[in-house]
Amino acid sequence: MNILQIIGITFVKILIIFTVMMLTVSYLVYFERKISAWAQNRLGPNRVGWFGLLQPFADVFKLLLKEDIVPTHAHKKLHALAPMIALFVAFSTYAVIPFGPDIKLFGIVIPLVVADINIGVLYILALTSIGVYAITLAGWSSGSKYSLLGGVRSSAQMISYEISMGFSVGGVILLASSLRPVAIVAAQHGWMWNAVLQPIGFITFLVSSFAETNRLPFDLPEAEPELVGGYHTEYSSMKFAGFFLAEYANMIIASALIVTLYLGGWQVPLVGRLGLPAGWVELIQVAGFLFKVACLLFFFIWVRWSLPRFRYDQLMSLGWKVMFPLSLINIIWVAILIMVFKL
Amino acid sequence: MKKRLKDLTFWEKIYIPEILKGLSLTLRTMFKPKYTFEYPEEKFIPTGSYRGRPVLVMEENGKERCVACGLCSRVCPPLAIEVQAAETTDEKERYPVKFEINMIRCIFCGFCEEVCPEEAIVMSKDYEMAFSNREDALYGKDKLLTPVSELKDRIDFLRKYR
Repeated sequence: MNILQIIGITFVKILIIFTVMMLTVSYLVYFERKISAWAQNRLGPNRVGWFGLLQPFADVFKLLLKEDIVPTHAHKKLHALAPMIALFVAFSTYAVIPFGPDIKLFGIVIPLVVADINIGVLYILALTSIGVYAITLAGWSSGSKYSLLGGVRSSAQMISYEISMGFSVGGVILLASSLRPVAIVAAQHGWMWNAVLQPIGFITFLVSSFAETNRLPFDLPEAEPELVGGYHTEYSSMKFAGFFLAEYANMIIASALIVTLYLGGWQVPLVGRLGLPAGWVELIQVAGFLFKVACLLFFFIWVRWSLPRFRYDQLMSLGWKVMFPLSLINIIWVAILIMVFKL
Repeated sequence: MKKRLKDLTFWEKIYIPEILKGLSLTLRTMFKPKYTFEYPEEKFIPTGSYRGRPVLVMEENGKERCVACGLCSRVCPPLAIEVQAAETTDEKERYPVKFEINMIRCIFCGFCEEVCPEEAIVMSKDYEMAFSNREDALYGKDKLLTPVSELKDRIDFLRKYR
């Protein structure tokens, strides 16, 4: 495989992932509205297109036609930069997450991951930390007290939950003895999913990823009743749409990451024993990955429409007094698994 | 220490069972029947107790019951009703030449109906009255007169409960 082929294949993979992400994000918004409606005995959007399926595009057109308002006291450059950072982080994190096994196409072995790098998990943690800058800068540059409070809350919340997130990931890395997402998925063959082996780590990571994506019950940075719109109070038009898309793209990233680290990635148990023809196993595995991600996305939305928001002090005490010790306990548990059960 | 009502039990304190309870409730709700009226296709049909647009009752002979006493106009809080009386050879001796309700002003309080001695003005079930200019909002006798058969529900309701 020469360099041109590698570049070409990577480009095609990036294109596919980007298109799929954009489509998923737009339909995620649609399903968010639908599921919220169902949970409240309503019907949800059903006017634009068949069952309202064109609703996301109508929303985007509406946002495009809106006037782009920048407050007089805003720091213009940072105000424009913040949504770009949010979108950049949201779409570039996906590069290291494998969505299928190696496939053989026209005699070339293609790994179904954009960049198979050996520090993948570190890359993800680093990029999601940059995501905090988007929100903090948005809050600070808007020149509004509500935005500033939202940004400050967000940075405090993200730092608190990143710690328990990092320690939960530590357990996964210990078991797989690698930082490569591909190797982590390979280590979870059969039913050896990390969610089964280290349930405490799974729960702490799940809760932390809710906090990292600013979803309810942890959406303190944009708490509507007290902060108007939080960090995006002063944003309108496509800049607002940038934050909006980034939030949903982050949800997809978080789901894909949970699936990769804890739910066996693209591994589907017992699929190898069915004796299917060559291409089918890989197809089922990719479909299995997408199915797991879809289930988690539903879970994200479902939780949002079931649970009330935390109070700020409750959020902090949950992060530092519960999640942090639990993730430490998880590391000890993993150490016991390795030392005693020789996993 | 005395147990207070707000003290949580152990299972409530670890929070996860309570979360699962809440989640199961919303999941069950998702499959329940929906209450939404899909409005332009499927309309809400009110009962007799509904206070919609005030209308004048028209008898079978095509004439209004109204005797133009002006009580409705007098009691109307936003001064939406204008009545001009005239004499007639009929048994009731007086009738309104002009009876106009300004639907921009009307607040659907139902005082006109309550004060009317002849049961001549009642609230209908009509709640769809959109207009694009102020002239259209002045409802004259042509729009107000409604056959008594269409107002049966409301008149029955008034006789029973008032």
